[in-house]
Amino acid sequence: MPEPADRRYGPAPLPQPRGPLSAAVTDALRRAPHDLPASLGADLDPADPLTDEDLQLTLFLCYELHYRGWRGVDEDWEWQPTLLGLRARAERPFEAALRRLVGSPRVPSAGVAAGLAELVAADDGPSLATTLQRHADLTQFREFVVHRSVYHLREADPHSWALPRLGGAAKAALVEIQTDEYGNGRLDRMHAELFRTTLGRLGLDTGYGAHLDAAPAVTLATNNVMSLFGLHRRLRGALLGHLAAFEMTSSLPNRRYGNGLRRLGFDEVATRFYDEHVEADAVHEQIAAHDMCGGLVRAEPALAPDVLFGAAAGLAVDRLFAAHLLDSWAAGRSSLRSPAPRSLSMPTTVLPSVAGGPLAGVA
Amino acid sequence: MRTDDTSEPAAATITPYEDGPLLVRGDFALVTPDGERIDARRGTVALCRCGKSALKPFCDGTHKVVDFRAGTSREG
Repeated sequence: MPEPADRRYGPAPLPQPRGPLSAAVTDALRRAPHDLPASLGADLDPADPLTDEDLQLTLFLCYELHYRGWRGVDEDWEWQPTLLGLRARAERPFEAALRRLVGSPRVPSAGVAAGLAELVAADDGPSLATTLQRHADLTQFREFVVHRSVYHLREADPHSWALPRLGGAAKAALVEIQTDEYGNGRLDRMHAELFRTTLGRLGLDTGYGAHLDAAPAVTLATNNVMSLFGLHRRLRGALLGHLAAFEMTSSLPNRRYGNGLRRLGFDEVATRFYDEHVEADAVHEQIAAHDMCGGLVRAEPALAPDVLFGAAAGLAVDRLFAAHLLDSWAAGRSSLRSPAPRSLSMPTTVLPSVAGGPLAGVA
Repeated sequence: MRTDDTSEPAAATITPYEDGPLLVRGDFALVTPDGERIDARRGTVALCRCGKSALKPFCDGTHKVVDFRAGTSREG
């Protein structure tokens, strides 16, 4: 099949399997599209779907076919009925786990925007942002960036799935946000490209999906929740709620991330991605809560609980993610599956002088 | 933009958001008192209304930390 001349934007190479299901899927994807055995995934019952490596990677493998695809994998796999069947079997325990985790958030009489504000105000997860601002060493900051690269190199894409499913005020609001996410159509201002610059500044591989093998289940789950919401029209309310929660919890942490990088001696080119988000997301959070989610619920009042479910699920999975990083670091461990993120061979001038010590441990 | 109550839309709109900033949309220029252009960097900007932003005149989300309260239309 045709391979792109420029591989920076994907498709990524297939990741290493993490169990029998993801092994069966990666093996199948390497061959021409064919029917998978009906028994595959039929007995799926993971103890904790959100941190199950095999389940989360299987979901990611299935979902990515709808984004950039996989290197060397036949594009017809995207709509192969038995693969879609397997994906549905894997999604059931995943969605059920999300619903168990957050229950059914109450829609206040003041409306869905007020409900979103309540959820965000009650979000008392461990402060990963404070740790990164004040204490994290360079190895830990690079780990954080490696985790986030799975999303940020396709930043905004999952929420764009909502566009053709909306009309009216909610659509106009989503377009207003996404236009900014995509740099107003200017490549060098696209958020994914700003993040690529930060990755490069930190001496990390900037290729799309380059760090998938290092990303644990909980990191994949933060991405899979967006794909689950994005690829099912019935979950469009949850998708918009997820985006709103994202935007409403972004400005202040991003200032901390930027300050953390400055503390570690990095320059404004490295911190631009975070600095941009402080200002951009202060705009987006208003549009997302009031115009986008508010507009959706004015048009489709029955979707209000879904909006709050999506927001709560996004916040809850992000808390699990933050706890994983902080717990790993507190125990003196790497938070990555493979302790050595893929580095670029880089000129020493790229990194500040303080970087020599800690970097030696990961490069 | 959301100016569906007017037949002749304004070139720019300024919208107070509940307990939050003022969002400015449309054809506008942000300038210093000397007339120098302030780079808005995006089509829609949020201007600080709580007075606590570290990025003034832009909003940086600090209003949530200080529990800023303000309505969405004319007060008094």
